[in-house]
Amino acid sequence: MKKLFAQAYIWVLLVLLYAPIVFIAIFSFTEARTLGNWTGFSLELYKHIFTGGVNGGASLMAAIKNTLVIALVAAAFSTLLGTVSAIGIYNLKGRKKKTIQFLNNIPMINPDVITGVSLFLLFVFLHFSQGYLTVILAHISFCTPYVVLSVMPKLGQMNPNIYEAALDLGATPSLALRKVLIPQLRPGMLSGFILAFTMSLDDFAVTFFTRGTIGLETLSTYIYADARKGGLTPELRPLMTLIFTIILILLVIMNVRQAKTNKK
Amino acid sequence: MSKRSNWAIPYLIFLVLFVVLPLVLIVVYALQDGNGNFTLSNVTRFFTDSDALSTFAVSVEVAIENTLICLLLGYPAAYILADKNLNKSAVTVILFILPMWINALMRTLATAELFNVFGFTLGKGTLLFGMVYDYLPFMIYPIYNVLLKMDKSYAEAASDLGATPVQVFGKVTLPLSMPGIFSGILMVFMPTVSTFAISEFLTNNKIKLFGTIIQENINSSMWNYGAALSLIMLVIIGLTTILLGGDEREVEGGTI
Repeated sequence: MKKLFAQAYIWVLLVLLYAPIVFIAIFSFTEARTLGNWTGFSLELYKHIFTGGVNGGASLMAAIKNTLVIALVAAAFSTLLGTVSAIGIYNLKGRKKKTIQFLNNIPMINPDVITGVSLFLLFVFLHFSQGYLTVILAHISFCTPYVVLSVMPKLGQMNPNIYEAALDLGATPSLALRKVLIPQLRPGMLSGFILAFTMSLDDFAVTFFTRGTIGLETLSTYIYADARKGGLTPELRPLMTLIFTIILILLVIMNVRQAKTNKK
Repeated sequence: MSKRSNWAIPYLIFLVLFVVLPLVLIVVYALQDGNGNFTLSNVTRFFTDSDALSTFAVSVEVAIENTLICLLLGYPAAYILADKNLNKSAVTVILFILPMWINALMRTLATAELFNVFGFTLGKGTLLFGMVYDYLPFMIYPIYNVLLKMDKSYAEAASDLGATPVQVFGKVTLPLSMPGIFSGILMVFMPTVSTFAISEFLTNNKIKLFGTIIQENINSSMWNYGAALSLIMLVIIGLTTILLGGDEREVEGGTI
């Protein structure tokens, strides 16, 4: 009885949580311009995405490309910077370690708006013209802390003697780094990269304040501008449905694989 | 090995340039007039600007209400998810986190549209509902994590010693899950109090939140006043963090 009640509670919450997403997914299979208007089943909107015949012209496709490029570059650079820094921080002691860990926490606690405004003021102050580069720098600044936090526990779990042993056995430091250190840190780096990539993809506020006036649009800023004009570009519906389906499949695969390794 | 501590230096420089300096600049711009002279007028202007003050009050109110609703709905959910007898599959946990991968603005717009279809008038009610949608996972996840790691033998010991299930929960489980509750509150309250765009979509521009006012001022080149408003927000955030012991060491060793 208790179990039934608990299950029901979870499923009611999930149904409510997924209602908007399912709603969009259903209306991705019709052609109507306004969401919530059913004009018969059609795959026209899906076709538009792949043929480029989007109502919003090339701008939606450009926004998607920008979003992906920014997220990839920012996540890659954050992973590099975050991993190197985590090794450094791990080897620090005392007050120095606490200070840098405190600074590392600030971007995670800071609300997006504050991060955005503060970076905007920085670029204004430095007379740095805003565009692609400033957005990427801004994204690196709020993504790197997550990489540092993902890699640090792996350093803690690692046996430091293995690295020393590699050196004793004649490996150069760079060889020991590549063959011993990096492979052990890889899971942490990977989850850090994924986290950074997601944070960057989903960001709106920071991009909004640091993109300048050159007309750079990411998916978020595009959707924002679109909604302000009134009415979403209909092609966003199949797009969101596709993204959601891909992520769902990836997660299921990852979960199945993890379940398998856990059994071993 | 000691030389490897130097590897933190580039990041330290990066943090100073892209985290510390920008925050200092908020203070600097907040205390300057348009010509770069020192002034307190931006800050005093906020306290005499009834529009900004009422928006500020509404933002804090909405954020507190949203945090409370998320806690009331999220705690039982986290409890059920972490209990092996009630929930066996890890997939349900993932299902709660999955919506976060969908663009937040997109989700919000869909929510607003859903309200329209069902004939609800967009306003305070729909704003809260939509915000709970957006932030509930952020409350569930930290509480779930703490409950999952919790040593079950405490609760078992308490019930072996004759505590009723209600007593076990009130005296053992709840106090031990406090760190999760605190970080959940932090993760929901902070973004809600500063949110912008979301509130406009969910209320059809009827209710403006503090983040929107900051954005409007910055976008209309009122940098100094915008910075002053950001500074006020920063103070609120700082106070909340200290109050909730955002510092993990304090949470762990705190008098719970």
